Amino acid sequence: MSAVYKRELKSYFNSMIGYVFIAVVMVFIGIYFMIVNMNVGFPYFASTLSSTLIIFVFAVPLLTMKSMAEERKAGTDQMLLTYPVSTTAVILGKYFAMMTVYAIPLAISCLCPIVILIGGVGSPLIDYSAILAFLCLGFLFVAIGMFISSLTESQIIAAVASMAVLLVLFLWKSLVNYIPTTPAATLIGFLVLLGIIVLALWHITKSRLVTGIVAAAGAVAAVVPYLVDRTLYDGLLQRVLGVFAIYDTISNFTSYYVFDIAGLLLYLSVAALFVFLTVQSVQKRRWS
Amino acid sequence: MIEVKNLVKQYGDHTAVDDLSFTVGEGQIYGFLGPNGAGKSTTMNIMTGFLGLTSGQVLINGHDITEEPEEARRCIGYLPEQPPLYTDMTPREYLTFAAELKSVPKDEINGQVEEIMKLVRITEMQDRLIKNLSKGYRQRVGLAQALIGFPEIIILDEPTVGLDPKQIIEIRDLIKSLAGKHTVILSSHILSEVQEICDHILIIHHGKLIADGTPRELEQRMRSSVVELTAKTEDEEAVRAILRTVPGLKSAACQRPKNGEMLIRVTPEQDADVREALFRAFAGGDVPLLMLRPENVSLESIFIQLTADRTYKWVRRKRAKPVEKEAEAE
Repeated sequence: MSAVYKRELKSYFNSMIGYVFIAVVMVFIGIYFMIVNMNVGFPYFASTLSSTLIIFVFAVPLLTMKSMAEERKAGTDQMLLTYPVSTTAVILGKYFAMMTVYAIPLAISCLCPIVILIGGVGSPLIDYSAILAFLCLGFLFVAIGMFISSLTESQIIAAVASMAVLLVLFLWKSLVNYIPTTPAATLIGFLVLLGIIVLALWHITKSRLVTGIVAAAGAVAAVVPYLVDRTLYDGLLQRVLGVFAIYDTISNFTSYYVFDIAGLLLYLSVAALFVFLTVQSVQKRRWS
Repeated sequence: MIEVKNLVKQYGDHTAVDDLSFTVGEGQIYGFLGPNGAGKSTTMNIMTGFLGLTSGQVLINGHDITEEPEEARRCIGYLPEQPPLYTDMTPREYLTFAAELKSVPKDEINGQVEEIMKLVRITEMQDRLIKNLSKGYRQRVGLAQALIGFPEIIILDEPTVGLDPKQIIEIRDLIKSLAGKHTVILSSHILSEVQEICDHILIIHHGKLIADGTPRELEQRMRSSVVELTAKTEDEEAVRAILRTVPGLKSAACQRPKNGEMLIRVTPEQDADVREALFRAFAGGDVPLLMLRPENVSLESIFIQLTADRTYKWVRRKRAKPVEKEAEAE
């Protein structure tokens, strides 16, 4: 793992990508810091950081687009996958290399709360917790980007698709508001979700038995509560999907100054899921 | 030691490797021979664990490649058809990376990288970026990567492609020098290459093993009873008349005479030796024979015979006129 980590990290700085990522993120953090904290004099760096979230949505795909797609295109995956190392180790090496690059601008921005403190009264605890939250968010964003990169040979497709997914996640909370809340609509929503899951399962396993069991069990689980007590379904879909509103956690940190451990755990666990899916996606190619 | 048992690989409906079984002994050089698309690369990719198999088993020194992939891969150095190079690294960086991945002990890495660079002759290129190297040098860096850690089994997919003749000879000599300590498997569609360096040849066609043996064995198996002769005459009719007097001939093909000499290919019935009879017949017919020899069977013709499609055989048969038919026509 450490060999892959070192190589990847170096490759980010042999090419321009590492510098471009760090520069772009730093420039925008700097601009917001200058306007909000220095000029206006608002004493919280946390809220400055939250304004730059959209920059991460567009910059992280720059970082992740080449991670798996380039290997596949250049045929170098043939080396990694025939060497005496596990696929998981290779992917974790890449993942932590990307996380290192991601963490560099955050590490630099650790100076900002100190600047605020020098100029007057600051809240370093709140500010550093917000930076920590952004680090955890990075684990999630990078994992998603890496997974999407593992699905394609084209870096462009990987970048555009990752931006789209991250942007949808960013807007999730507002989008969820448009989901109808009546029990019948909720039931239909659940069935549509079930359909998507079953299709994905069928695509992955090609097993009629497994797909059939999941479809039947899911349909029963969705319909029975509806028949028993309709009011249970009142706005349930909105609440279920609302869980994925990742921006909530960030705003808990940056607007309400709450240390949202549950939110951080959500970031990290979904990140772990995507790292796992990346391993599976690479392994699956051996067998197709 | 590699054992491949009933290996099958299917891509959808297409069977790339069809029930392939063979065993590769230690310390020898094995050649995989087959036309393009025969399943050589697929087989190698499966043997090295890059691709999964549909059914069958691959054992590398007793380790199943699907059950214990890391143990099995530890014994293998692999150069794929397209060398897997990180073009943003220098050969030295790249080989050091390869050595770290193969868990070569830290204090041996430098020495081993130096040694292998010397072996494949890339020492003078060690600090250039791989993307600036020519195809021949890239191929050698790829080969060096396979040699890192000096694994027991070295698998090379078309190792001499893209090299100039001098480099080809160097690489061949290098491969030959690996034998004994290492088991080498290489694939090629260049017959002379396989014939020259391999101790044992496996011929694959449409994913099936159609022949295996030493180059000599294969030639013996295919020993031809066809006789080639050159007669000092321009008269095909006279030659045909002489040939009709020789018993046991199946067919003969006469080439258009050149400078008063005619090349004739005579195929006897079964595997009879007709050389003496031919000599006497031509002597009797007062046509001087300038040359008479059994047809030279090269690996090339074995290969063509074994892998030829029906259409190809048909064309060849048509070209040789049967002796009897000629007689009937008159």
